[in-house]
Amino acid sequence: MADNKMKIRAWMTGDRATVKAILFHPMETGLRKDKATGQAIPAHYITEVKCEHQDKNVLTCLWGPGVSKNPFLSFRFKGAKAGDSLKISWVDNKGESATTTSTIG
Amino acid sequence: MNNLRRTFLKAGMTTATVAVAAGAGLLTPGSVLAAWPKSAFETKKMDEAIKILNGSAAATNSKDITVEAPDIAENGAVVSVTVKTNLANVEKITILVPENVSPLAASYELSAQTDGFVTGRIKMRKTSDVIAIVKAGGKLMTAKKPVKVTLGGCGG
Repeated sequence: MADNKMKIRAWMTGDRATVKAILFHPMETGLRKDKATGQAIPAHYITEVKCEHQDKNVLTCLWGPGVSKNPFLSFRFKGAKAGDSLKISWVDNKGESATTTSTIG
Repeated sequence: MNNLRRTFLKAGMTTATVAVAAGAGLLTPGSVLAAWPKSAFETKKMDEAIKILNGSAAATNSKDITVEAPDIAENGAVVSVTVKTNLANVEKITILVPENVSPLAASYELSAQTDGFVTGRIKMRKTSDVIAIVKAGGKLMTAKKPVKVTLGGCGG
C-alpha cells in the first residue's frame, strides 16, 4: 500500500549513509487551470517530510508548491551502519500522509 | 464452512486496520502542520521568506557553498538542484527561486549527524537564479546559480 507512494534506497559509502528517495505525489501548486473546464486545479502538495534513522530524526524537509511533481530527495548522514532502519514519512496540505521504512544496505 | 469463517474474520480485521491507520493519518498532520511556516511559503518577497525561516535576511556570500543546477533547464517543471557545503554545524538549507510566484521552494532542517548536502527537484517559472541560504553555527550564508529556463514549469 505505502509502497506505491514512495521508493527509498539507502546504502553505506564509507562511513556515510547515502539516501535517495522518490515520493509519488502530484504536487499541484493551485495556480494551474484545467484546460478543458477552465477551473483552477486545487493545490495539493507535500508540506513536510521527516527522515528518521533508527527513530532519530536526521532530516526534516519543509516543502512548498515549488517542489516538482513526484519529488526526489537525496541526502547523506554519518553514524549509520548497514542493517539500520530508515523511515521516511510525509504529510501534505490535505492531511494525507504516508510512511515507509527501509533498511540501509 | 470453516473456510468461510476464516475469510470473514480476515476481511473484518483488514477493515479494522484501515480504520485505525486512517485515524492515525488524520491525527498526525494537525500536530505536524503547526510547524510548517505557511506565511514563508506564501509570501512573494524573498527576504521575508528568509527572515521567517531563519530569523534574519542578512546573509553573506560564501565560497564554501556550491549550488549545482543545469545551466539551461529545458523543462522548468523539473530542475534538479544540489546544495553542497563544507561548513561545519549546518542547521538549515533553504532553496529559493526569486522569479517564482512564491520564491521559497524548499527548506531542509539538518541534524548534527547529517552532511551539508541535499538534492531535490524544483519548479522554475522562468529564467532565474537559484539561491541557497545555509544556516551554519548561527550564521547565514548564501550562494547562487543562474539557470536559464526554456519552458516554464508553473504554467498550465
